[in-house]
Amino acid sequence: MKTFPEGGVHPPENKLTAGSPIVHLPVPESVTIPVAQHIGSPATPVVGKGDAVKTGQVIAEAKGFVSSNIHSSVSGKVNKIDFIVDGTGFKQTAVFIDVEGDEWVDTIDRSSDIVREIKLTPEEITKRCLSSGIVGLGGATFPSHVKLTVPSGKRCGILIINGVECEPYLTSDHRLMIEKGEEVLVGVSILMKALRVDKAMIGIENNKPDAISHLTRLASDFNGISVHALKVKYPQGAEKQLIKALINREVPSGRLPIDIGAVVHNVGTAFAVYEAVQKNKPLFERVVTVTGKSLSNPGNYFVRTGTPVIKLIEAAGGMPEDTGKIINGGPMMGKAISNTNVPVVKGMSGIVVVPKIEASRKEIKPCIRCAKCVAACPVNLEPYLLMSLSEKGLFERAEKEGITDCMECGSCSFTCPGDRPLLDYIRLGKSTVIKMARERNLK
Amino acid sequence: MSSTVIITIICLSLLALFSAVILYFIAQKFKVIEDPRIDEIQAILPAANCGGCGFAGCRNFAEALVKADTFEGLNCPVGGAPIMAQAAAILGKTAPVVDPKVAVLICNGTPESRPQTSEYDGAPDCRIANNLYIGESDCSYGCLGKGDCVRACQFDAMYMDPVTRLPVISDEKCVSCGACVKACPRHIIELRKKAKKDRKIYVACSNCDKGAPARKACKVACIACNKCIKVCEFGAITIENNLAYIDSYKCTFCRKCPSECPTNAIIELNFPPRKTRTEVQAEVING
Repeated sequence: MKTFPEGGVHPPENKLTAGSPIVHLPVPESVTIPVAQHIGSPATPVVGKGDAVKTGQVIAEAKGFVSSNIHSSVSGKVNKIDFIVDGTGFKQTAVFIDVEGDEWVDTIDRSSDIVREIKLTPEEITKRCLSSGIVGLGGATFPSHVKLTVPSGKRCGILIINGVECEPYLTSDHRLMIEKGEEVLVGVSILMKALRVDKAMIGIENNKPDAISHLTRLASDFNGISVHALKVKYPQGAEKQLIKALINREVPSGRLPIDIGAVVHNVGTAFAVYEAVQKNKPLFERVVTVTGKSLSNPGNYFVRTGTPVIKLIEAAGGMPEDTGKIINGGPMMGKAISNTNVPVVKGMSGIVVVPKIEASRKEIKPCIRCAKCVAACPVNLEPYLLMSLSEKGLFERAEKEGITDCMECGSCSFTCPGDRPLLDYIRLGKSTVIKMARERNLK
Repeated sequence: MSSTVIITIICLSLLALFSAVILYFIAQKFKVIEDPRIDEIQAILPAANCGGCGFAGCRNFAEALVKADTFEGLNCPVGGAPIMAQAAAILGKTAPVVDPKVAVLICNGTPESRPQTSEYDGAPDCRIANNLYIGESDCSYGCLGKGDCVRACQFDAMYMDPVTRLPVISDEKCVSCGACVKACPRHIIELRKKAKKDRKIYVACSNCDKGAPARKACKVACIACNKCIKVCEFGAITIENNLAYIDSYKCTFCRKCPSECPTNAIIELNFPPRKTRTEVQAEVING
């Protein structure tokens, strides 16, 4: 079975919600929609206090090329535009909307029939992705229209669809592939058309045999789409690791997949693209896995963006008493949220409620140079060295050691027998080095 | 037997003589002439190698002093005026008068006034906490309390107060080397002019948010209400980015602004207790 060759770890899977069908969460009484739900410049709000908005209406417009539109996920009145602390832990502008009914914009096709015929041209598809606010739903939230615009001089030969979902606990992509398999495949065909490629590969980790067989069966109806089972190993779902596993090509350091002729999209994105192109529905709701060992009713929910996280936890059986941390995303790469009013955003694939015993950090012990972190690193870095360089502020040296190649998968911290905060320091070093490089380029 | 000994001694002596001659000529050829005053000045410098002067160490600073035409911009904050005067005497120059400074924390967000909204349990390092999120309270400008500044201080002049969760700077021990200023990722430590009896009046807040959110995050935040500016007769106070700033060179310690501040963001330290009105009247009556 295919996988990437170097490093990787095997965290306990804990896919508690793999068998729970996706449930629509009722529309909350009020939503808070941040204007930056993507990588790149935040969108500019185009509504003001007191304005009436409909579900699917643009409330903030993309600013610049690497940016994305933000749509209202509910109908109602804009209460205010203010700062909130969002899931990233920092303050940012958000639009507060009080919900009144659920009136959708007329152009959205709300029927459940599957439309397979693709009428739009490649350029129109890219444009639609921009206007519908489609971003990568795997977690990085990179605007999709940017990925669909192949830079001049480069050629895209293959589309890779990421259905790996290697993060423990999360099952949102898994359920989407099972329940919305055909829509996902139409979405893949749309992406293929936009990129003008005739081949697409869907990579799925082998712990989802039902999704693999289901999609393989459906894919026989579609031209050029093949489904591939991948070995269960974290971080199989990382873009570069997935490319290496599927087409055995390596993306050079500091380059993008397009440089070797590949483009990677997530299955969630493929579904969002299907809805945007065939149903004219902008991206304002997504599947979120709400899970945790102490939750009484963990599940997968179809949620409007802007819904406070507490609503999701309530739907999943209420906040357990032994809660230590609530993680936005999976336990490996996710980030603990600082309050439960944090809104659901486009990039939120899961909410993991971790009991106190498992959540707290262990005492930091000295490094014994066992090099387990070196063996676990999927991009061949030396995490122990990068950590001590960042700790001592030797950022120039850290840059030479390739700190910017780190994708922050957390395999090093997971494997460290001394419970050292390797990734914490590497992240610090990486962001400092990136800042330094930016300043150097400005000069 | 005896001849072997003699031959050995003679051979070794000749070899030694030969080597000595070579070494003598090499030493002459590659001789480094160093200004003897560098050593002299280095001897009087505090040997703290703290980098407060802007040079890597005391030796580099001594070299810079000898090389420089004037002492303008050169100052050893640790040694202060007496050391600089001595160095000036050795070099036959004059040392400009540089006011001694002291590090001051521009934040007074104790847990009492700035409620904790979350708990950070990552690596105990302010830089990491600052990179990760806004911090354990709603103030994204204030002290993170993980003690990077304390670890940076070589002079044992700082410690973390477990109650206020803020660093405490000792006025006697602080040499204003600026290591803590550089270490703080939120840039909330400032070197201010040292006054008589270590008296201080300053705005202990770094929150650049507008009044309402700043006050919501912290009870003792500066809300940029302009009251202090109105009361200041010396033009020492300015407001920029919703934050008042008292220039330590213009402030005359008249003590009018601290009582005017509605949020108690202006702090006065090391002053005698304020006299009540009756006490003042009694003084006037008694002459």
